[in-house]
Amino acid sequence: MPHYEPWSEERARAVIEEFSHLEGPLMPMLHAVQETFGHVPDAIVPMLAELLNISRAEVHGVVTFYHDFRHEPAGRHVLKLCRAEACQAAGGDALADHAEHRLGCKLGETTADGRVTVEPIYCLGLCATAPSAMLDGRIVARLTERRLDALIAEAQS
Amino acid sequence: MNANAVSIRIYVPKDACAIACGADEVVAAIEAAALKRRQPVEIIRTGSRGMLWLEPLVEVATSEGRIGYGPVEADDVEALFEAGFLTGAAHDLRIGKPEEHPFMAKQTRLTFARCGIVDPASFSDYRAHGGYKGLERALALGPVEIIEEVKKSGLRGRGGAGFPTAIKWKTVADAKADRKYIVCNADEGDSGTFADRMIMEGDPFELIEGMTIAGIAVGATKGFVYTRSEYPHAIAAMEKAIQVARAHGMLGVNIAGSQHSFDMEVRMGAGAYVCGEETALLDSLEGKRGTVRAKPPLPAHKGLFQKPTVINNVLSLTAVPHILADGGEFYANFGMGRSRGTMPIQIAGNVKFGGLFETAFGITLGELVNDIGGGTASGKPVKAAQVGGPLGAYVPTWQFDLPFDYEAFAAKDALIGHGGIVVFDEGADMAKMARFAMEFCSVESCGKCTPCRIGSTRGVELMDRIIAGQRVEANLATLTDLCQTMKLGSLCALGGFTPYPVLSALNHFPEEFGAPPRRLEAAE
Repeated sequence: MPHYEPWSEERARAVIEEFSHLEGPLMPMLHAVQETFGHVPDAIVPMLAELLNISRAEVHGVVTFYHDFRHEPAGRHVLKLCRAEACQAAGGDALADHAEHRLGCKLGETTADGRVTVEPIYCLGLCATAPSAMLDGRIVARLTERRLDALIAEAQS
Repeated sequence: MNANAVSIRIYVPKDACAIACGADEVVAAIEAAALKRRQPVEIIRTGSRGMLWLEPLVEVATSEGRIGYGPVEADDVEALFEAGFLTGAAHDLRIGKPEEHPFMAKQTRLTFARCGIVDPASFSDYRAHGGYKGLERALALGPVEIIEEVKKSGLRGRGGAGFPTAIKWKTVADAKADRKYIVCNADEGDSGTFADRMIMEGDPFELIEGMTIAGIAVGATKGFVYTRSEYPHAIAAMEKAIQVARAHGMLGVNIAGSQHSFDMEVRMGAGAYVCGEETALLDSLEGKRGTVRAKPPLPAHKGLFQKPTVINNVLSLTAVPHILADGGEFYANFGMGRSRGTMPIQIAGNVKFGGLFETAFGITLGELVNDIGGGTASGKPVKAAQVGGPLGAYVPTWQFDLPFDYEAFAAKDALIGHGGIVVFDEGADMAKMARFAMEFCSVESCGKCTPCRIGSTRGVELMDRIIAGQRVEANLATLTDLCQTMKLGSLCALGGFTPYPVLSALNHFPEEFGAPPRRLEAAE
């Protein structure tokens, strides 16, 4: 399970300044912020704007453009199910329905107990051994209902 | 350890596909079983050979060469040891020499020649297998001659557009600027494609060498590999290889003792499909929203940070070392028509023998799906194959005689794209797939142009009405009209090509949209 730090302005400053020397540093900075705090908090927006000498609107625009950046922290575990065509061709629709049913929430939502966030992902590049999934960064191919149940049980534990 | 026993080399892929199928657990099981028997083993983590239905494919070095076993699960390891797999003994999972397997023997491997064989982090392995021969020759030739070699090869952009690589390079070489860039588009977002991922994980030095040659050819000193956050293993492998290349003087100042300098870094996207479009990618690299730029100016004139930029796909850049090492004419000898060289084709979806198949252009889709891919994994009849990712057409079985060639596909309103084939069995609901194509476009649209942003949303609504059986004839007419507008009016391929899957599904399988069945004379 990933461990995230509580928000601290001082820590956030250190995290983003580490990338100041790069050409086009905003994306690496946002990734680092999310890796540190588990999401991209609003409070980072003015800090990035000031550091990079761009407007807050520009930073906000970038944060909200990309699917990866979370506005809120995710559940304790994140289960991503590939919903792209190759996985659909190999039975992915039924597995997604099964996961929603088992977890009691829709793709893109977090279970009521905050343990599991289940999300669609569009292609893990494991298309010849579809369907596939990712649990907290660990990839699993040749997904069956039985394997999916094991992943869900692991995420709920 | 048993002091008398000779250490045996075992190769297990570290490719993401192999890991997702349990390769790490297999390695742990092999280590445990070897320890128990006091048998020293040396486990080398390679890329994948590309026979992905056999992953994890474990290979053992024997006196006869490497012998493969697959697909191996951790639970199989004890039995393999008992059977004597360390000497290449018989077992149900034994496939013999991987390179003699029919799937491999039928291929022409240039780009993927080393993938699955070498240790991707080993510089000496790369050199021992012909690595850096292209760069050596490039340094001897100089910029003008390098571009001439690439021109002779007939290499066209492997990302999907098929634009001649040499023309792009020449434009950047001729541009005057204080700084130029090489950008590798490794934002492999198309479902059914994984060749970029495999080569970055299995032979990353090849991409480094290709980008370095491009840098020398056009006078660029900095390169970026822009890849996906969904590819953590590829990112790790690339970053490791870049470090190793730097330590060996093959990146940085005065590469290989020459007067040329070139360095590179890996950048990660953040889940936006549209960033695979080259100008959106450049904006994303600059730290902006990944919105598409209007062309002109071309990236070759005003690309990354407004500087002249070569932006090429992974497969274009990894073809370059071979073109330089063996000569452009050698490369051009493969292929058909204006599609020269080899194409790493990816066979995926509902298919029995899925994997990476590198071959000269000209092979038919039917051979790829039925003969090489073995038909569907489900055992049901094949219904169609989507070629070229989410923006590619659905090709029905009666068009499976189509040869893999940019022009032949275009003539049938289809495209090769990045060379991915997703196989569907008869259970596929084509109206649902058409709706999905529109929905995907609406979610991933960068929002810059109206046909894509609004058109895709209206397309989803139309498909919902068609699927619900409401005013089908009128709604299909509107859908067809909308597709024309998107095709002709969109700024980039996302909006412009979404009509391909939609219209191909409709034209080939109209009865699934509630329209009259295809007339016989329409069949070929």
